[in-house]
Amino acid sequence: MSDGLQELYQEVILDHNRRPRNFRLIAGGVTQEGYNPLCGDRVLVSMAIENGVVRDVAFEGQGCAIAKASASLMTEALKGLTVAEAQERFAQFQSMVTSAHDEPPADLGKLSVLAGVREFPTRVKCASLAWHAAKAVLDGAPAAPVSTE
Amino acid sequence: MAAETVPAVETAARAASVREEFPILAIEAHGRRLAYLDNAATTQKPREVVDAIAGYYTTSNANVHRGVHLLSERATAAFEGARDDVAAYFGAAHRHEIIFTRNATEGINLVAQSWGGRHLSAGDEVLISAMEHHSNIVPWQLACERTGAVLKVVPIDDRGALDMEAFGRLLGPRTKIVAMTQLSNALGTVTPMAEIIRAAHDAGAVVLVDGAQAAYHLPVHVQALGADFYVATGHKLYGPTGIGVLYGREALLDAMPPYQGGGDMIASVTFEKSTWNTLPYKFEAGTPHIAGAVGLGAATRFIRRVGFDWIAAHEADLLAYATAAIAAVPGVRLVGTAPVKASIVSFVMEGVHPHDIGTVVDRMGVAIRTGHHCAQPVMARFGVPATARASLAMYNTREDIDQLVDALHEVRRVFA
Repeated sequence: MSDGLQELYQEVILDHNRRPRNFRLIAGGVTQEGYNPLCGDRVLVSMAIENGVVRDVAFEGQGCAIAKASASLMTEALKGLTVAEAQERFAQFQSMVTSAHDEPPADLGKLSVLAGVREFPTRVKCASLAWHAAKAVLDGAPAAPVSTE
Repeated sequence: MAAETVPAVETAARAASVREEFPILAIEAHGRRLAYLDNAATTQKPREVVDAIAGYYTTSNANVHRGVHLLSERATAAFEGARDDVAAYFGAAHRHEIIFTRNATEGINLVAQSWGGRHLSAGDEVLISAMEHHSNIVPWQLACERTGAVLKVVPIDDRGALDMEAFGRLLGPRTKIVAMTQLSNALGTVTPMAEIIRAAHDAGAVVLVDGAQAAYHLPVHVQALGADFYVATGHKLYGPTGIGVLYGREALLDAMPPYQGGGDMIASVTFEKSTWNTLPYKFEAGTPHIAGAVGLGAATRFIRRVGFDWIAAHEADLLAYATAAIAAVPGVRLVGTAPVKASIVSFVMEGVHPHDIGTVVDRMGVAIRTGHHCAQPVMARFGVPATARASLAMYNTREDIDQLVDALHEVRRVFA
């Protein structure tokens, strides 16, 4: 595998693709659809927010390895954060996957495995899909499907 | 069949020399030999097309149909010469039956709006197929919304072949127009267009053929085919983007109202009333894509010089080779296995999303398309969100296919 590919498809990503975590919908949670018209991928992000804290996050849907792994890692990363902290994490994640190639990506712990997406401009939207859906819920504006276009 | 008269060795040698006429194919992709297999999206351009466009801008550039000076005369001659080339390529009876558009999509929209606005009314039916590109679905949905006509869809079978029995049933006295692809961009199915046109004419319907994919793989003769309208796009015909072709039978075009208003399409203008120019100019409002037409004219001459006898034989040989080689990769399932196909192998791989296939093979120098191919109803019909698609052109070789297959094995390793 070429270096770029190894950077993109790290073992953690392949693992989350094979065995996505929190792959379900939350009964009584708020559900938001994210849609990527470029590839037809759809993801449903489901969140339970209580007293300003993200009590539970889950997702369902179909997508590429990057989209699925990113959604799966996101559910782990956001759980237990306050809404403000989760919004901040969204901004950090967006900045990481869109930052310039020559800048070191921000260290976001386990989420940093997705920094390799920076080298693949066409795949940034795959990594962002679930995050945009989650952001809509965090902002309290879930409605029409969130599109990455 | 021409396919049986040209030995494989000879086609391979010729393909290698044809490949050298396309400068871009010499570049490397991620440090590897480029295997360009995304031709159904757009084809690469031979040197003589690139030269024709550059030559136009360096020796003849001016506006057409208006100036009395030298360059305007040259530009007009080049533009109208291209129309002659295109008319000859498609076998039109008259040069003024060739309308230059932006692309195939604009050709369909022109017919749906202009012809549809005049001939469709409430309860009339527009018949398309289940394997149309979005560009041959949405313009008809818009026309139906405006006129109250009804869109009917001929189903396809599990192989992706058109259900001709259902076509016969759906074709009725209310059918005003049949709009169908000659070669499916998502499945590679070649439709029995001559038979479709005969049946439609017997039922009193006119036929629009979407030749966006067919026109660079199959020899097209609109008169022999009996097509009423035929649309194609320049950039898939080894020509530039931004230029397309609408062929229409003279009597039909003559009776249609203009599509867009503007310069060049009028005979006279007063604030009370304007009158329309003759064909083809009635449908060519505004300054056209002159260099694009010149490039397209050069492209049609190039294709005719290479010749469809060889192109069809070579591509049929390569399609058979590619189909067998791709299907033999473990976990691969072909989508689109109609008995009559051309140039396209669409497939999915168990446990791997097409997008991931596309990214991995790209890093190995192989360009394919992954996604829904602007044919979401086709994806729904086969129960997949997307496919990977390898599509062939005259310059592809078995080496390109071998490179793809090696890359697919790499995909298997990554996602094992």
